[in-house]
Amino acid sequence: MNQFSNLFSRRQFMRLVMKSMALLAFLQTGVLFWFVRKSRAATSLPEGYNPKDHKWCMSIDVRKCIGCGRCAAACKMENHVPPEPYYFRTWVERYEVHGTDEPIITSPNGGIDGFPPQNSSEEFEKSFYVPKLCNHCETSPCTQVCPTGATFVSPDGVVMIDYDYCIGCRFCIQACPFGCRFFNPETQTADKCNLCYHRITQGLLPACVEVCPVGARQFGDLKDPESKIHAFLAENQVDVLKPQLRTHPKVYYAGLDKAVK
Amino acid sequence: MIPPQIWRPLGILLAILLIYLGVRSFFVPATFYQYGHFRGNSLATIASRPVQYAGKKACMDCHDTIGEKPYHSKHKTVSCETCHGPSLGHVEDPSQLPSLKPTNKEWCARCHEANNARPKTFPQVVIARHYPDKDCMICHNSKKLEKKP
Amino acid sequence: MAPNINPAMMEALQHVKGYIFPNELELQWGILIVIYPYLTGLVAGAFILASLNRVFHIRQIEPIYRLSLLTALAFLVIAPLPLLFHLGHPERALEVIITPHLTSPMAMFGFVYAWYLMVVLLLEIWYDFRADIVGFSKTKTGWLGMVYRILTLGFMDTSEKSLAVDDKMGRIITIIGIPSAILLHGYVGFIFGSIKANPWWGTVLMPVIFIFSAIVSGIALMLVLYVVTGRARNTPIKTECMDAMGKFLFYALVFDFALESLDWFHRFYEAEESIDILVLLVSGKLLFSLVGVQLILGTLIPLTTLGLTQVLEIPKKPRKIMYFWSAILILIGIFAVRWNVVIGGQLFSKSFAGFTTYKPDLIGRESLLVGSILLIMPFIILWVLTRFLPPWRGVGKEISHSS
Repeated sequence: MNQFSNLFSRRQFMRLVMKSMALLAFLQTGVLFWFVRKSRAATSLPEGYNPKDHKWCMSIDVRKCIGCGRCAAACKMENHVPPEPYYFRTWVERYEVHGTDEPIITSPNGGIDGFPPQNSSEEFEKSFYVPKLCNHCETSPCTQVCPTGATFVSPDGVVMIDYDYCIGCRFCIQACPFGCRFFNPETQTADKCNLCYHRITQGLLPACVEVCPVGARQFGDLKDPESKIHAFLAENQVDVLKPQLRTHPKVYYAGLDKAVK
Repeated sequence: MIPPQIWRPLGILLAILLIYLGVRSFFVPATFYQYGHFRGNSLATIASRPVQYAGKKACMDCHDTIGEKPYHSKHKTVSCETCHGPSLGHVEDPSQLPSLKPTNKEWCARCHEANNARPKTFPQVVIARHYPDKDCMICHNSKKLEKKP
Repeated sequence: MAPNINPAMMEALQHVKGYIFPNELELQWGILIVIYPYLTGLVAGAFILASLNRVFHIRQIEPIYRLSLLTALAFLVIAPLPLLFHLGHPERALEVIITPHLTSPMAMFGFVYAWYLMVVLLLEIWYDFRADIVGFSKTKTGWLGMVYRILTLGFMDTSEKSLAVDDKMGRIITIIGIPSAILLHGYVGFIFGSIKANPWWGTVLMPVIFIFSAIVSGIALMLVLYVVTGRARNTPIKTECMDAMGKFLFYALVFDFALESLDWFHRFYEAEESIDILVLLVSGKLLFSLVGVQLILGTLIPLTTLGLTQVLEIPKKPRKIMYFWSAILILIGIFAVRWNVVIGGQLFSKSFAGFTTYKPDLIGRESLLVGSILLIMPFIILWVLTRFLPPWRGVGKEISHSS
């Protein structure tokens, strides 16, 4: 058995290493190129729309909501949300409160089929409806944890998901304190309300705001001095959900009760 | 002189690192970092999804006098598509009717059934005790009830 | 809208207690995400045990030193698989290293894993086994011989001087490896610990608890493997090695238990917003897995048993049996820890007003079957590795690290 001090010369060795690295890189390139670098044919934002000119937000007046569920139904239709009763971009909750007790909260199919009449044998001193949706937080914890940059806060303040980039790890769904995200079984990505971005960039209202019969939901632009949101914020006692988590939600509630989760 | 048993394995690792750094930027999508840590193109992709609800303004372009009809006058502040469903198809091709034209009791009850959780000022009745055998539209779609809700 | 209703989910809807946000019915992280931290914990723990020998010169652990490294490698190689199976789009997984979002602990996974695999574990194993590799490259033929020859990287010197360099490099890498192992599993703890939305997860202690439960599980695993491989190969099981492992297992478990107790004590004392729902969780849905399996079976019984071995003069044979079965219970207990953290954190609603249910599928992508396969595979890989790079002395050149 011969003892070699060097099986290859340095040059031969370097060549071998370089060749195998190149082969590996080439193979990986083929896989990656197919999936990652899919630059689509140029789609562009609607004519004249500059994301940096807007800061979209929403206001909800809980005192006006009648719990008809038209908003939740319209959202599902507008955005092709899977019809099952556990995938919602927006939903309505009903609270029934007696004194300072813990409330009874229900949201049958997100409120889409309406709510059953009150159970009249129960004494509820107070009950009300609360629409819920993504709060499009300014310092959103969900975009902070996305490992790839598939969910993000757009320059116009909308928290969105890039369905072609999301790997479906569901970290964002865990990180959302409001339960507004879900895993879309058809796209196999995270999904949630995006303020009907395809509508608001064309000057339309989000579907839920459009169909609300009582105007409980209002849409606003914090950067637009003529937006009604400024009057809403000035004239009402306004609250946000879970303010102690400091996510700076941009859905402003008027008439929010302490019982609301 | 660094012995081969040190520089060879470390050299391989360094090569892997350099290849990663070199190859990585080739795979970053073209519009990434345009606005932030995401594909800038995705804004346009999302914004180009099809619209289903036309919006009240679009309805009013043709149906501007609808507010004078008895039933519709009371629902002037409500968007048309709240009851008539997503109707962009009808706006683009008027021969295609809006998706819904609900007239049955359940539809009206959805908003107007009496419920403790509804604001007290909102018009609501206990449907079971309010002319249960009659359809809502018999009275509420005629001029007879102009002075009542 | 005739939906493709999943009957299992509709069934789950019936079992909801209280109020959950409508999207929370389905658990997002299931059995696969329970298995992933279990595997990386074993990696980190096995490596830290090995480092006790290499860096802290605990001579008695020498017999399982090389086996620990191979065990760490076997488990590390399988570790990304549960993640890949869980992803909605595994074909896009490389995006995590192409455009890593640096504020995300999950994005750091790609780099921490690559670092640990390549710079720590593979290098360490190469330096420790190099003499054997050179030996095999001369004796083995065919494909196998080719593999060994490539692995020598063309450097065939096994003189004393050369081996001393190997030893020194191995030591340096192990020193780098200890914080790396802590980072490898600590970041998993941070993935949970960083979520302020979930009070069961979002605590500063989470990464620390993860690391120490990893160390406990790693030592327990090596103890079991030492006995199993010793029996399989019909070689004597050294008492002093078992004693050393038993001692470290005991003290690691004491510290781990102290940390968990601190977490609980702190929660009860502070009694902030989430305490009511968490108490309901622990006394209800998690009663069996937390109090039964994790606490009693996986912590208190082994603590008592191991404690007795430390305090009393127990003869060799029963002592070894006590070590072995404590280790088995601990391995089960640490799995329950991962289950309770991952599944437990998703059973209660973020409304703090209700619970959902979780029943893992028997078969399917995220199922008990796949989970069981993933738990068994590292042992198979370990077996293959021990054939390829036998960790036991007398096969290659003898190297002692204890000087």
